[in-house]
Amino acid sequence: MTSEPVNIRSIRSRRTVSQNIWRTLKSAPPTAIFGMVVIAFYVFCAAFANWIAPYGEAEIVGKAYQTSSTEHWFGTDQIGRDTLSRVIYGARNTIGIALLTVFISFCIGGVLGIYASVTRGWLDIILSRVVDILMSIPVLIFALMLLAMAGKSVWNLIFILAVLDATRVFRLARNTSLSVAVQDFVEAARLRGEKLPWIVLREIVPNILPPLIAEFGLRFCFVFLTISALSFLGVGIQPPTADWGSMVAESKTLITFGRPQPLIPAAAIALLTVAGNFVVDWFLHKTSGLRDEK
Amino acid sequence: MHPVIRTVLQRLGLGLLTLLAVSVIIFSSLELLPGGFAEAILGQGATPETVAAFNHQLGLDRPAAVRYFEWLFGAMQGDFGKSFAGAGGWRSDNVRFVSDIIGPRLYNTFFLATLTAIIAVPLALALGLLTALYRNSWFDRIANATTLTTIASPEFFVAYILMFFFAVKFKIFYPLSTVNATTPFFEHVTRALLPAATLTLVIVAHMMRMTRASIIALLSSPYIEMAKLKGLTGSQVVLRHALPNAWAPIATVIAFNLAYLVVGVVVVEVVFVYPGIGQLMVDSVGSRDMPVAQACALIFAATYIMLNLIADIVAIVTNPRLLHPK
Repeated sequence: MTSEPVNIRSIRSRRTVSQNIWRTLKSAPPTAIFGMVVIAFYVFCAAFANWIAPYGEAEIVGKAYQTSSTEHWFGTDQIGRDTLSRVIYGARNTIGIALLTVFISFCIGGVLGIYASVTRGWLDIILSRVVDILMSIPVLIFALMLLAMAGKSVWNLIFILAVLDATRVFRLARNTSLSVAVQDFVEAARLRGEKLPWIVLREIVPNILPPLIAEFGLRFCFVFLTISALSFLGVGIQPPTADWGSMVAESKTLITFGRPQPLIPAAAIALLTVAGNFVVDWFLHKTSGLRDEK
Repeated sequence: MHPVIRTVLQRLGLGLLTLLAVSVIIFSSLELLPGGFAEAILGQGATPETVAAFNHQLGLDRPAAVRYFEWLFGAMQGDFGKSFAGAGGWRSDNVRFVSDIIGPRLYNTFFLATLTAIIAVPLALALGLLTALYRNSWFDRIANATTLTTIASPEFFVAYILMFFFAVKFKIFYPLSTVNATTPFFEHVTRALLPAATLTLVIVAHMMRMTRASIIALLSSPYIEMAKLKGLTGSQVVLRHALPNAWAPIATVIAFNLAYLVVGVVVVEVVFVYPGIGQLMVDSVGSRDMPVAQACALIFAATYIMLNLIADIVAIVTNPRLLHPK
């Protein structure tokens, strides 16, 4: 008696990458979806600011301090520029500067942190002590001090915040990569005679990538808030560049007359950081291997 | 020596060293100024003679190390030197001492911070306890979403929202918190209420979440389960069994968040035009009055380091495993 071979499902067929991404996205909680939609909207505004904005970034279109109308949805600012256009251009400037800062801080902090943890030795000791000291001063206070000294300019702002932020990145990168560097597979790679670049790029980096990506999101929110606060205090991004923090500061007197205009750029800042936090929360939950307790 | 005392002394020494290193950083930031401070103040057109006179008047022509130790010992006795605001001119009678400028403002900031702490700490502990007890209820969810939002939004957004609704639309509080030395105590309190409310919203969020997390971690430990299985009521379990062990993490949370207050106070003071030390620092940074900025930065950094140190020490002292070594 011969039995029919059971038609089993081909084991080798796998989900494609795009299918995987789609599956993950479908399982996202509503907060994370909200966050992603908001971020996508901001990125869209930043990328196509030239086409979306009804007027130019520094274009004077009418009288100062107009209330909202069909021509100027959010009114005009203290010298008669269209607030809506400046909010849209602000997305490009503020987010761009924050992204650049975080990118530089990851280049400095990440590279030094991983290098310190792999080599150990005197470099690790010195860098760790320096980072301890730098981290014992609040970033905002330190940045205010250094900006007073170096003068207010965007490049000073980016550089100072990047260095201060790199201390946090350094600590995380060093600690996570240290816990990986002592494991057997790294030791095996070493005994195999692999060189330092291989050990770092093939053995360590893939294993510490998820926490670093989550940290990138958190650091972006933090740097973004710090830049906004500094601009609000008048030492960050300088006019005529459209920037949300300084826009709040420029129009702040309006609020005592009962006009909510300064709340618009402030809300733009708050919305982006809240959205960012929601997405990072979900990402951390996903990658840390925790499952919902349902 | 008892191991606890040794650890505490180690932490104290480390804290002092950090403070010293921070003071060096703050002081040397002035030295690193390209072209020297005199040129930055007097402008490009200053002749070498004016620059030299300016430097001599401020004592900037002496070696940096000497000036650092003078500054440090002066700062320890509350003397931060002279402000640059009146300096550089030919008259020397309008020179103002930094400590005279800082004194009243330090009191104002201290007043605001104390007011915030009195409101925020009990509120945060109560909320943290309640959300831990009734976790995953609608109350917990709402508290969670609200606190995540207030943590993530900038302080000035919270501040302006409060100002817009509670001072401008409904005239309950003063929109601006201008006070001076002659303001009576109760008026000072009412004028400082909105800034205190803003700071409260920001730090309650942190404190509540951390309290909640530490209580939940405790409630899942085996000895609490034992107490429940013995048949004790919920309140007995929490108050008699969980809370004594939760004091250490909660104390750390409080100290840590009061340290966070140090940063929040800067922005909030500027929003409400409250004459505190945060606003002074922003002003001095704007006018590049370096002695004032340095003094403010040193005070902020010292407070921050001190509060973190207290948090560390409380955590060590209240840890039963360290108190009773094997």
